[in-house]
Amino acid sequence: MARIEAEVDKSKDGLMKWINDRFPFTETMKYHATEYYASKNFNFWYVFGVLAFVILFIQLFTGIFLTMNYKPSASEAFASVEYIMRDVEWGWLIRYMHSTGASFFFIVVYLHMFRAMLYGSYKKPRELIWIIGMLIFLVLMAEAFAGYLLPWGQMSYWGAQVIISLFGAIPWVGDALVELIRGDYMISDITLNRFFALHVILLPLALIGLIFVHIVALHEVGSNNPDGIEIKDKKDADGIPLDGVAFHPYHTSKDLVAIIIFLIIFCCVVFFAPEMGGYFLEHANFEPANMSATPEHIVPVWYFTPFYAILRAVPDKLWGFIFFGLSVIVPLFLPWLDRSRVKSIRYRGWISKSALCAFVIAFLALGWLGTMPADPPYVMAARVFAVIYFAFFILMPYYTTIDKTKPVPERVLYHG
Amino acid sequence: MSEDDLDRNRRHFLTVATAVTGVAGLTAAVIPFISSLKPSARAQALGAPVEVSIGSLKPGEMIRVLWRGRLVFVLRRTEEMLSRLSANIENLRDPDSVEVEQQPDYAVNETRSVRPEYLIVEGSCTHLGCAPIEDFEVRPTESWGGGFFCPCHGSKFDLAGRVFKGVPAPTNLRVPPYRFITDDLIMIGQDSGAV
Repeated sequence: MARIEAEVDKSKDGLMKWINDRFPFTETMKYHATEYYASKNFNFWYVFGVLAFVILFIQLFTGIFLTMNYKPSASEAFASVEYIMRDVEWGWLIRYMHSTGASFFFIVVYLHMFRAMLYGSYKKPRELIWIIGMLIFLVLMAEAFAGYLLPWGQMSYWGAQVIISLFGAIPWVGDALVELIRGDYMISDITLNRFFALHVILLPLALIGLIFVHIVALHEVGSNNPDGIEIKDKKDADGIPLDGVAFHPYHTSKDLVAIIIFLIIFCCVVFFAPEMGGYFLEHANFEPANMSATPEHIVPVWYFTPFYAILRAVPDKLWGFIFFGLSVIVPLFLPWLDRSRVKSIRYRGWISKSALCAFVIAFLALGWLGTMPADPPYVMAARVFAVIYFAFFILMPYYTTIDKTKPVPERVLYHG
Repeated sequence: MSEDDLDRNRRHFLTVATAVTGVAGLTAAVIPFISSLKPSARAQALGAPVEVSIGSLKPGEMIRVLWRGRLVFVLRRTEEMLSRLSANIENLRDPDSVEVEQQPDYAVNETRSVRPEYLIVEGSCTHLGCAPIEDFEVRPTESWGGGFFCPCHGSKFDLAGRVFKGVPAPTNLRVPPYRFITDDLIMIGQDSGAV
């Protein structure tokens, strides 16, 4: 406390005062860092927001350097990626950082979302944070999808072909819409060119804007915690939450440890397994796009496979598209589907715990099935898990109401 | 833990150690990105030395060639042109090629060349990079013994690419590295090693 006051004193005159009279620097730092109080009982699950930030930075930075050598044209794109890999000094590192970063972005974001589901972070008063977060997830999916077309490999081409054709399932306007997305009668140079614009300008801007709003909303209501109780309800004489500690330096120094461990894992993948056995970079994509031959086994990149498995599980074009879309959108409604009196899984009954467990298993199973060929046993299994996936959401208002909850403590649980 | 129990030395050590390690790591991470901005393997291949055949070049003729996208003049000087080189010495800024940056060691001589007959200089004015125009006509009234004239800002150079006094260009035209492979063939951009 004494140190913070000393800093405040310093800002009363000199350069800091000059700046603060013109720009709320110290005020902003206090509001978002040195006097933003987050619960002191944060655990492992609370590092993924910061890690998502780290990856966003890696993606933006490596992306700028890739753009300096990449050519968004059907005749040059594939060769320019090979050029980056072979002729540009350290180009292979920059490209592998970017491709690995895409997969890690989804790993981190999925874990970040799972944390919210574990501790009920989407519940009142944080509904808007969750909705903005879901929008970020949707933009991220679009960003990854647009980016995957750019190397102009076989999987880039045919993956885009399949996903864009999906929109053709929409009655009446479908075919016209597909043509509008492609800007041509097939996926062509024109499509590649516009996907490049989306990937490097529109979607990253949208992503940054949404993340900014996500943080502003979070800092307005305050972070949730593993106990799912509001630390702002118990404050000391100075109006500081009794169970809160300042984001900086306390949470930032803890986050630094997480960032270091994350970077070690990230580097291991970049240096030793950038293709990750064909999951991060699919083997078929090392062949240039060929409009006259589809690869035998076509699957999207792993982070789309849970939703793709649901698409394939439905034996109808339109309904497949509808369920595919619903499976992506349905988590948006969690704040209103969850009727439980408590937020955290710690104080929920066995029904909620089992439901979440079943959901995780279904999501992972769908992810695996989405990478498998569309053979009958896999499709049947995908149907079973798709039902579990949707049941988790649709039955939630019912089972969270009847579930027996445990009493929630007054203060957060903290050992040490 | 109260404020009194704090071991400030220890805390200070940890802070400094973390900062130093972090800065070292960031520096190491920045190196590949800076290196990627250098000419790539392809740019280096395109910037490889060029062979120029001079067999058909008659005395008094000049050809222009490109090396690394840079204009290079190859002038075969006549005996008469060479004899004029010592005429205007007092009007030159650097007659003895003292400026080391502007030519390889083997071109530090009166003719600024390996073989007196052949002048090889970059056609890039040392003022702001325009391409000088050759003007080999002798005009004693202007005390002009032939040379190069830059159309952009009026810099003048003699038949050895040496800059005159009182013009904006600060130094002589640059002599690129080059060597003779045979009497009729020169290599521009490389002056040693195997052909």
